[in-house]
Amino acid sequence: MSTPKALVLRAAGTNCDAETVRALELAGARAETLHLNRLLESPSRLEDARILVIPGGFSYGDDIAAGRVFGLELRAALANDLRAHVDRGGLVLGVCNGFQVLVESGLFEPDRDVHERSIALYQNASNKYECRWVTLESADCACPWIVPGELTPTPVAHAEGRFVVKDQQTLERLRANRQIALRYVNPAGGAAPYPLNPNGATFDIAGICDPTGRVLGLMPHPERNVAPHHHPRWTRLPERSEGEGLALFRRMVEAARAATV
Amino acid sequence: MSATQESSATQRSLSLPDAWRVEVFRKPGVDDPDGAHLLAAARELGVDALRSARAGRGTLLPPTLSESAVQAIVRELLADPVLDDVRLTAPQAAPETTPGKHRVLVARRAGVMDPVALTISRVIARAKLAAADLHVSTFTAWELEGDLDAAALETLASKSLANEVIEDVRIDGEGLHYGPPAKAKSHGRVEVPLAGLDDAALLRVSIEGGLSLNLVEMKTIVTHYAELGRAPSACELETIAQTWSEHCKHKTFAGIVEMREDGELRKIDNLLKTTIKRATDTLAKDWCISVFHDNAGIIAFEEDWDVCFKVETHNHPSAIDPYGGAGTGIGGVIRDILGVGMGARPIANTDAFFVGPLDLPASEVPKGCMHPRRILRGVVHGVRDYGNRMGIPTVNGGVWVHDDYIGNPLVYAGTVGLMPRWAAHKSVEPGDAIVVVGGRTGRDGIHGATFSSIELHEESEMVSAAAVQIGDPITEKRVLDVLLQARDKRLYRGITDCGAGGLSSAVGEMGEDCGAVVHLERVPLKYPGLTPEEIWISEAQERMVLSVPQASLAECLAVFASEDVEATVIGEFTSSGKLELFHAGEPMCELEMSFLHDGTPRPSRQAVWDAPRVDDPGCPAPRDHEATLLALLGAPDIASKEWIVRQYDHEVQGMSVVKPFVGEASDGPGNGTVLRPLATSNKGIAITCGANPHYGRLDPRRMALAAIDEALRNSVAVGGDPDHTAILDNFSWGNCDKPDRLGALVLAAEACHDAALAYGTPFISGKDSLNNEYRVGDETIAIPPTLLISALAMVPDVRRAQTMDLKGAGNYVYLVGRTKAELGGSHYAKQRGANGGTVPAPDLADAPRILRRLHAAIAAGTTKAVHDLSEGGLAVAAAETAFSGGFGLELDLAQAHESGFGAGFDDDSVLLYSESCTRFLVEVAPEQSVAFERALDGVPLARLGRTVAEPELRILGRNANDLVRIPLADLKAAHQSGFHG
Repeated sequence: MSTPKALVLRAAGTNCDAETVRALELAGARAETLHLNRLLESPSRLEDARILVIPGGFSYGDDIAAGRVFGLELRAALANDLRAHVDRGGLVLGVCNGFQVLVESGLFEPDRDVHERSIALYQNASNKYECRWVTLESADCACPWIVPGELTPTPVAHAEGRFVVKDQQTLERLRANRQIALRYVNPAGGAAPYPLNPNGATFDIAGICDPTGRVLGLMPHPERNVAPHHHPRWTRLPERSEGEGLALFRRMVEAARAATV
Repeated sequence: MSATQESSATQRSLSLPDAWRVEVFRKPGVDDPDGAHLLAAARELGVDALRSARAGRGTLLPPTLSESAVQAIVRELLADPVLDDVRLTAPQAAPETTPGKHRVLVARRAGVMDPVALTISRVIARAKLAAADLHVSTFTAWELEGDLDAAALETLASKSLANEVIEDVRIDGEGLHYGPPAKAKSHGRVEVPLAGLDDAALLRVSIEGGLSLNLVEMKTIVTHYAELGRAPSACELETIAQTWSEHCKHKTFAGIVEMREDGELRKIDNLLKTTIKRATDTLAKDWCISVFHDNAGIIAFEEDWDVCFKVETHNHPSAIDPYGGAGTGIGGVIRDILGVGMGARPIANTDAFFVGPLDLPASEVPKGCMHPRRILRGVVHGVRDYGNRMGIPTVNGGVWVHDDYIGNPLVYAGTVGLMPRWAAHKSVEPGDAIVVVGGRTGRDGIHGATFSSIELHEESEMVSAAAVQIGDPITEKRVLDVLLQARDKRLYRGITDCGAGGLSSAVGEMGEDCGAVVHLERVPLKYPGLTPEEIWISEAQERMVLSVPQASLAECLAVFASEDVEATVIGEFTSSGKLELFHAGEPMCELEMSFLHDGTPRPSRQAVWDAPRVDDPGCPAPRDHEATLLALLGAPDIASKEWIVRQYDHEVQGMSVVKPFVGEASDGPGNGTVLRPLATSNKGIAITCGANPHYGRLDPRRMALAAIDEALRNSVAVGGDPDHTAILDNFSWGNCDKPDRLGALVLAAEACHDAALAYGTPFISGKDSLNNEYRVGDETIAIPPTLLISALAMVPDVRRAQTMDLKGAGNYVYLVGRTKAELGGSHYAKQRGANGGTVPAPDLADAPRILRRLHAAIAAGTTKAVHDLSEGGLAVAAAETAFSGGFGLELDLAQAHESGFGAGFDDDSVLLYSESCTRFLVEVAPEQSVAFERALDGVPLARLGRTVAEPELRILGRNANDLVRIPLADLKAAHQSGFHG
């Protein structure tokens, strides 16, 4: 089997590109970082990539709103190329700021006019940047790299991660389309109040996928939990060989390998 | 606020901007955290009448745009379809308002950096929504509901909504500015005749020009120009003033000092060279790659890789604009790392804040000062917003509180970098192009270098408005990304940052050994109208200067252009030995580099030290040890700083091994941070610090020794190797023209020398800030002598890194080190209101051995948890290690080896609260105890107790009486009871 190629797309202010590349490589992909300007010059560079990752950071400083400017640039110049990538079986992952960018890009609601978007990510309810570890529960969703019921400790680090929907119908539609992928949970059971749900997200949603299951976005940072000592309590735990976040990347790379592009 | 500023806030101007106005509010029903935040702030200010608040993000766009173009910009860029409502107002039309609500408009003053506006202008062009280079400005429109009178609105506006140093405020009125700032009077060459002026007139020239040159320096300049037979140009005077400023030249540390201590006189020629640098020279560690002469110190890390570290102060700018000051402080020290050698990748930031009491009654805040809470919030947000955006984890720091920081808070910011070994050194060759990269030059930060070298006073807020710089982290991030590519392609030969003193400092330093020609009109400007002097000394942020060989110039410029970073050739390095400046062909400056850099006069200064005569207040037992311990845990220096750390992205770059907060609930205050910089190696680095502002006035020598010991024991506690540790010194002191201040500085610097030699830890970099005094009327208040020591240590194997939280029940707990009756400046003494006593200091014969032995025991894997003893002593350390781990702890003070501390000293209390140095609590599994004790052979060691399952801290006194029995939850609650932002 060939080694799938992953393109890590960065813009001014992207800052999680190096650890994202490392996670992809550990998971068995061939990863290449590309500046947005290069992709705008030659959109065909997307064609041989099976995975596109938009990593975390502060693209354009989060000016106006997190992900707004990068998202606009994707919509304005690369909308068709991104659509084509997903249509031919390519995968897309957006982490943190990458998730914010993907929400702005319109990929999660392929059947709607992008100006009629019904989901958004905005300021944490605490009105603060939050850097802490949470527990994610994987939901039964369209994304094949998500294993339902799995609990994963993962760090978050964001100021604008509150997932909200325009109305109740939107939430119903996301449920019906099996688009709800990851939720903040209380590992001890029960509700997940702040800070277990670190941002006040509706229905504790931490990540969603598109209806095809090939586009996944999440606020937490699985790429920051790939080494054995990334876990905040590793000195209290039995010896570990890797962090829990690596499994997501490994399954994504496997899915990319299996997909016919 | 002073009178002139009040008038700006209350002005009810009705002029409407000739621009499209977009105001974006959250839809009804969508909650507005900014508004909620303001409500909380209003309550804190006592403005209870405010019932609700909403913030609207405002944008002004050119009137020449069509309405449909503006609507496209709003739809695509400015508003969110799910969250936002938009109010669009035509040029010169009155905006829509909500009846019954007050409106407060807050906008950047003309000419103050507005990074968001810059982003909007750029993306409008890139997404082809309109033409390029549109003038855009932003503002905030607040809608406030409630029965608010003019005074309440004024209070809210000036204390919560705006910083009037950089922002204009309009209450229930209009008057938004749109357009570039007014042009200054542009002029050609200006000469400043100095010949024949008397002393008073010379000083007047210095003061009125904001030059901060003293009389001796002015006279040196007069003599120099008399020899040349001409008058200096304004540009030359500015260049000399900037180069000779205390901030850039460190005249105190490099000068001659006549020191009188206990009646004995000694003469010191260059304090830095004879103390701190001398220790480094004597130690001559082969892993010191580049120390003291570059922007940061560089030490060896792994094969072919080095790490570097620099810590800076940004005190005066942060007093005036905490948010902007701290942000540009961190931005500046990051540029030091980008500019060390051929440039390094920043991998960690540190910060340390020293502020006034956070519970200071509002009525006691001196005129012209901000409340310490506002300062602390502001500096935390400044570091957060700059550091997080740069993608650099902020991993270590602290907050210290003392009354005498009220008018002069201290803000330290540090950055650690990683670089390939080949990049450690730089050079400059005649013929190389001088290239400025990054941000554009504006009128921001004029006279920052000279401003930071003078005392603050009531009007500082006013006169120094121009000294405030506004950071634009994304511009700096762009520079970082592309600079390291250019470095790795070896397209330039030398680099330095544009910091204090701007181009004058950067080009002047780089060209010191050869010469330079600069054409000032080539420097890219934010707006037209800067004078040549302003261009030359502006401290606009996010700029670097490169020396680029002509052969690689085109490729170098292309690399920067590829990621939209401006890079401009502004001149050339020469072999003339002169600094030559031109503006549109007109000569502005011709200075000999030798005079500029070596012409500074070195007057002798007087220093004196008389130890304060206060009786030792001893250490009587408190009435209640439990109440004492709970109060200590909530003391501001000790209480949890988690509210700060959680706002910092301390894990970006994925190198984190030991995080700032550790333990079962990740709320235990760790000793320091460990990072693993290379994914290919298990070698790590530990980053720690030490400081104590309560020791220095009693004994500056012991204070310095204790700060070094604290940084090192924190480092050893997380796994750092004391034989491969470098330290940095950052002195913040009062006015060292005053002999007693300088005397304390001499003693502290000498102690640094002695400690560095004893521990074998070289200093690799340092910085001083020596005019931290605050004047109210006739009274001058100096800060307490403050030395921040930062340590960077190698961790041989990150898998052996250690944390401070108890790991299980049934383990032994040892006290390592010797306890003495050292309560001078301690938190226990402070709680009792006692002054005087012996300040803690390490025994330099013993301490290095304790650190080495303990490190060996940790590296061998014999320990479960290690926590250092510092503020609050054994009692606080025991509480912290227990509640962090979630296991109980039983200690028996009768097991300690020390007792009989003397009359007036209660043995139990000394053992619990003394802050003696070089001590640790260590948890060891019973089966490892033999190996552990063997590893610590010859070191003072007492098995003080054991860990238990029951969640309680229990401490038995020497008479087997219960001194403390407190549930862990109560200890934790006390630790978390402090200020939370």
